Amino acid sequence: MGSLLLRVMLRDLALAWRQRADVLSTLIFYVMVVSLFPLGIGPEPATLRVIAPGVLWVAALLAAMLSLSRLFAADHADGTLEQLLLSPHPLTLLVLAKITAHWIASGLPLVLMAPLLGVQLGMQAADIGVMALSLALGTPVLSLIGAVGAALTVGLRGAAVLASLLVIPLCIPVLIFGAGAVDADAGAAAYFSLLGALLVLALAGAPLAAAAALRIALD
Amino acid sequence: MPTDPLLTAHELECRRGRRRLFRNLAFGLGAGQMLQVSGRNGSGKSTLLRSLCGLTRPEHGEVNWRGVPIRANRDAFNAELMYLGHAGALKDDLSAHENLLAALDVAGRACSAEAAARVLDELGLAACAALPAKLLSQGQRRRVALARLWLSRDTPLWVLDEPFVALDADASAALRRLLAAHLENAGILVLTTHQEINVAPERTQHLRLDV
Repeated sequence: MGSLLLRVMLRDLALAWRQRADVLSTLIFYVMVVSLFPLGIGPEPATLRVIAPGVLWVAALLAAMLSLSRLFAADHADGTLEQLLLSPHPLTLLVLAKITAHWIASGLPLVLMAPLLGVQLGMQAADIGVMALSLALGTPVLSLIGAVGAALTVGLRGAAVLASLLVIPLCIPVLIFGAGAVDADAGAAAYFSLLGALLVLALAGAPLAAAAALRIALD
Repeated sequence: MPTDPLLTAHELECRRGRRRLFRNLAFGLGAGQMLQVSGRNGSGKSTLLRSLCGLTRPEHGEVNWRGVPIRANRDAFNAELMYLGHAGALKDDLSAHENLLAALDVAGRACSAEAAARVLDELGLAACAALPAKLLSQGQRRRVALARLWLSRDTPLWVLDEPFVALDADASAALRRLLAAHLENAGILVLTTHQEINVAPERTQHLRLDV
């Protein structure tokens, strides 16, 4: 069973690698959105340093939404989703494997890119570390919650926008705790605990909900 | 030779939107029997097949497998089912060989890379087994999708939506032989087609949806 999930995940990663232009576009979107802020607000380092955590987190949230439609849309169009639903293996676990692959392909690059963008916004080295850690804990939650929205809207016209509208309000706690961790200085540990709790909660609930949503969407 | 029906449908009714496609549909299929569903476009053939697999919930009525509603024991039912829909479930960026292995893996019938290569070879796909599926023709894609049937002969229930579409004469003949062998092997077959296929007429029940 475990090896099947690994194979499903590796296959999705191989596909993501062969369609890396898609993955790259999410990352470029992230870099561009973050780079717009110094242009729009002005280059004062003091201002940028204050808004940096919020900017990096909001941009990560938007980039995560942008990549959501890729999670199930192609599988729905080519019939793979039907085969997943008819698999004798538990759909919840297959969905979890797909979400994991999706996060590695689209969430992890954001986490890795964030320190560089932090430097660009003039963040302190210690803050950048906290920032990266909060994204590493928070972006999987975005992928997990996003999967439920993507599953609910699969096959609908304008699915990408609709999924974002459904998911963004649910991601607000992640945003608050994620961006808050950087400003909390010594209290960051509490924010990390909350982010970790959100991750555990999402891991337990989201694949189940996404699997149920897929069954409804394909009915 | 009458056998106890394994796949049964009672009072099945399906709708698409507000339109009723069919109602009061009932049949039973035993080992070695085939149901050939026909009807004009839009008469509900695919919907019927999807509800037999448990993908679509019928408006009314029930589908049973071995006497148990398919929704009550989904994993066990899925383990005995091979469904091939309109879309072949092929990934454009995976090769024919990778696609075949992936499909069988998800279906719980993992096979060796050699066995998969052998079947592709038999189906005349040896030359393009390593090509990405997006470079294949419609007929070749259909063959790759159907190839998984050759590797799931132990799976009793096959539900095939228009399996003969886009196949040339050779491939059609090979598929007919495979289907006949499956029935001979006590398998059960449900398929839709617009063609006269003449696979084991003595074992075939016909269902026309538009009458």
